[in-house]
Amino acid sequence: MTRKKTLSVIGKPLRKVDAMAKCAGETVYADDLNLPRMIYAKLLRSPHPHARVLGVNAARALTLDGVCAVITGQDLPEKFGIMPSTEDEEALAVDKVRYAGDPVAAVAAISESLAEQALGYIDVEYEVLKPILSIEEALASTEESQRIHTWNRRANVQKAVSLEFGDIEGGFARSDHIFEGTFFYQGNTHLPMEQYCAVGFYGPDDKLTLWSSTQTPHYLHRALAKVLKLPASRIRVIATPVGGGFGGKSDPFSHEICAAKLSMITRRPVKFTLSREECFYVHRGRHPVKMWAKTGVKSDGTIQAMQYKTFLDGGGYSSYGLASVYYTGALQTVTYKVPAYKFEGVRVFTNKPPCGPKRGHGTPQPRFAEEIQMDEIAEKLGIDPLDLRLKQLVEANSVTINGLQISSCGLRECIEKVAERAEWKKKFRKLPFGHGIGFAASAYITGAGLPIYRNDMPHSGVQIKLDRSGGVTVFCGSTDIGQGSDSILVYAIAEEFGIDPVDIRVVTADTDLTPVDLGSYSSRVTIMTGNAAIQACGKLKLMLLEAASEALEVPADDLEFAEGQVRSASLPQRGIGFAECVVKAEGKHGTLGATGSYWPPKNPREFKGSGVGPTPAYTFSTAIVELHCDGETGEIKIDKVWIAHDCGRAFNPLLVEGQTEGSVYMALGEALMEEQIFRKNGLHKIPSILEYKSPTTLETPEIETILVETIDPEGPYGAKEAGQGPLLPVVPAVSNAVYDAIGVRIHEVPITPDKILRALEGRLKAVSIPKFDFPAPLKWQPGQGVQVEQKS
Amino acid sequence: MKRPKRRAARRRAVLEKGQPLRRIEVTINGEEFDLTFKPARTLLELLRDDLDLTGTKEGCDGGECGACTVLIDDEPRLACLTLAATLRGKKILTIEGLAKDGRLHPLQRAFLEKGAVQCGYCTPGVILSAKALLDSNPAPTEEDIKKALAGNLCRCTGYQKIISAVLEAAAAP
Repeated sequence: MTRKKTLSVIGKPLRKVDAMAKCAGETVYADDLNLPRMIYAKLLRSPHPHARVLGVNAARALTLDGVCAVITGQDLPEKFGIMPSTEDEEALAVDKVRYAGDPVAAVAAISESLAEQALGYIDVEYEVLKPILSIEEALASTEESQRIHTWNRRANVQKAVSLEFGDIEGGFARSDHIFEGTFFYQGNTHLPMEQYCAVGFYGPDDKLTLWSSTQTPHYLHRALAKVLKLPASRIRVIATPVGGGFGGKSDPFSHEICAAKLSMITRRPVKFTLSREECFYVHRGRHPVKMWAKTGVKSDGTIQAMQYKTFLDGGGYSSYGLASVYYTGALQTVTYKVPAYKFEGVRVFTNKPPCGPKRGHGTPQPRFAEEIQMDEIAEKLGIDPLDLRLKQLVEANSVTINGLQISSCGLRECIEKVAERAEWKKKFRKLPFGHGIGFAASAYITGAGLPIYRNDMPHSGVQIKLDRSGGVTVFCGSTDIGQGSDSILVYAIAEEFGIDPVDIRVVTADTDLTPVDLGSYSSRVTIMTGNAAIQACGKLKLMLLEAASEALEVPADDLEFAEGQVRSASLPQRGIGFAECVVKAEGKHGTLGATGSYWPPKNPREFKGSGVGPTPAYTFSTAIVELHCDGETGEIKIDKVWIAHDCGRAFNPLLVEGQTEGSVYMALGEALMEEQIFRKNGLHKIPSILEYKSPTTLETPEIETILVETIDPEGPYGAKEAGQGPLLPVVPAVSNAVYDAIGVRIHEVPITPDKILRALEGRLKAVSIPKFDFPAPLKWQPGQGVQVEQKS
Repeated sequence: MKRPKRRAARRRAVLEKGQPLRRIEVTINGEEFDLTFKPARTLLELLRDDLDLTGTKEGCDGGECGACTVLIDDEPRLACLTLAATLRGKKILTIEGLAKDGRLHPLQRAFLEKGAVQCGYCTPGVILSAKALLDSNPAPTEEDIKKALAGNLCRCTGYQKIISAVLEAAAAP
């Protein structure tokens, strides 16, 4: 089979396949579903951040006309959670509530307002407990009686880790200068425009269908089977088009399980739409993290050793926390050569809504610390911050000290291009007071190397059916959350078959119809579904080529798929239409269909926690932020952001730019204003869009995107991720630009006017770091455990 | 804990007690309707729940996000804050009424081509705000567009492609 020399679909700024319906208002999101006999449900949420539930009495609610069912913790006692080793959630609190907003009971009624009203008729008896609301309080609350959970080994510590790579003591001993700093990254939430929504229907055939606004229908499918005690074969999960996720819709949730359970009881479709306020309680957003960072350098700036301690405020449940804590230490080594590295991290429980994965999952926080510290090193040594980095960048086809394999790497080009476009050399340290420019770089993963639950099956499966009309239907479990994963499948298949994308139908995210894809998280979808789709196409192409070769009397190795034809590459006028070729192939081989699968490369490391960090390919991003900072008011106005992103191949440059711009926007929100904050009594301070400030058109500056295409050997057509990585460098670049503008270092986000003013007055205190005895470090060297293979 | 939605439900029940149903004639997307509903029904509920016009989105139910923007007599208004009873004789345009005879409006086409749509949840509201702008100001500057869309939150795009789509639609013949 010949490979086409030029690409006709990939790399073109095509429309998204779902955009037409979205522009016309015809896309059916979960909340748009309206089924016959449908009833509506609401959750009763705890008003206390920490309390024992002594009793729940729903008798009064059940007497209301139109109330169909009420369920409580006793009805769904089975625990669940996204990570198999830390399943500590209940659909409805069984004996304890762990944050203000923790669900206690669920009501289904003939109208949503009646369901809301009925919540007031449910009597709950609480024994109020003292809430734990900070990392320090959690670490100090070591008594058994102060525990939020009972399953974890140390009171209120969900997970503590310690890893050491290389000669850390020697590295610091060899250093001419040691830099130490403390940092705080405030938590924030995803705030997708679509509120969480699920519709459950337990049909007369004893089969359950759940439609939900979820990023991970497969994991939800597993959780439903476990909690409802139904065979998974009788459960169908359909992820409706998701109105924004950003990581927030990746856990199995209470409302999803309750929608199913209430439908099992009432035998009617049950819809849950959470209010905007409730979205702030569901949360799973960015962890607040306190960090201590230490870097030892030679007098020319070369890094000798790096050490991090991170303290994550996890909220009331584990969620993805096990991965989150490792992620705060995983990728610091993937931008600059670090010969020795030590990382200690701890995630604690507090009585606040649980934190989880938000765009960048656990890595923006340490990246914030690392890039500010690099800026400080450059300043102290009198080196340009870009030159400091350029002299010690990681390289393509190398292995980091913590055993991570880097395949393609466009970091140098990202730095050079962004500096050129922003005219860095002309501006850095040369702008007047109040006007500044800052730089930062970062790295991110293209898909996690391991699945959430241990298994040997592929991470992504694609099935393709060819129709006699020449139409193609692709089936895949992937979930379009707006990033364009449906479009990616279409582009890849159109490219492989040389046909118009319009002739391809996509069926995705339906556990009855589509092969498993693990979900839209960790920037894994393009690389994994893309490769699986190409593999499935390859199998079909063999059959099509055989048929075309016979019909045209042209050897198969001279045939190509192009312009809607299967034709001779040497004599392009000799060809048959794709549809005709399908007919001939079906006559010869029978019904035409094939599957493709994708497994990431084998984990190059083998130790506890080694699953977090490895990926098929790393992406690299650099950002330059230019801003004005008013010394009188402390206000920051961002003038412009230049962002360069090494995306491998830009599958569709328009969509890659869109992901990049969206990442920059979200980063600016985190850098300047967004924060998930609580009152002293544990209640959320600002659970509304009006109070939770996020950037509008007026606060979002011009963003100039530079795509650096490195063509990764593992990526489909060389593509890597674009949805998360470009968020990372923007936040520290803002802090570095503030320093350039007004000469003060801000080690915290959000960088609000009051912090600027306190810093200018010398009153901004350094971030305090809690005391904690980390476990003895696990020491590991590359080459130890699984042998490290170099990629060609 | 604050429970604004539950309070609203109770308040509504009290307000509506003994109140007669409201009846209005209203034009929606060029079609005339004679509608009867409870006095506290919002335009958003009327559109989404009674008329199955689900293209208008609910993002907050509190006038904060702009997702439910529709045009009432050509002015952009938030459907979640508008009592349906106040709409007697008014002309309402929702996203479903924008395409004519199967042809997309230039704004819709520009949103498609410029990559201004990601998750699409804010899109109907954004497009209608932009239509109101272009109807009153056919050649807006970037600054005009930013001001006109400041009440429509989008969490996906960073607004840049939305703004360029509106500029493109303004320039379209």
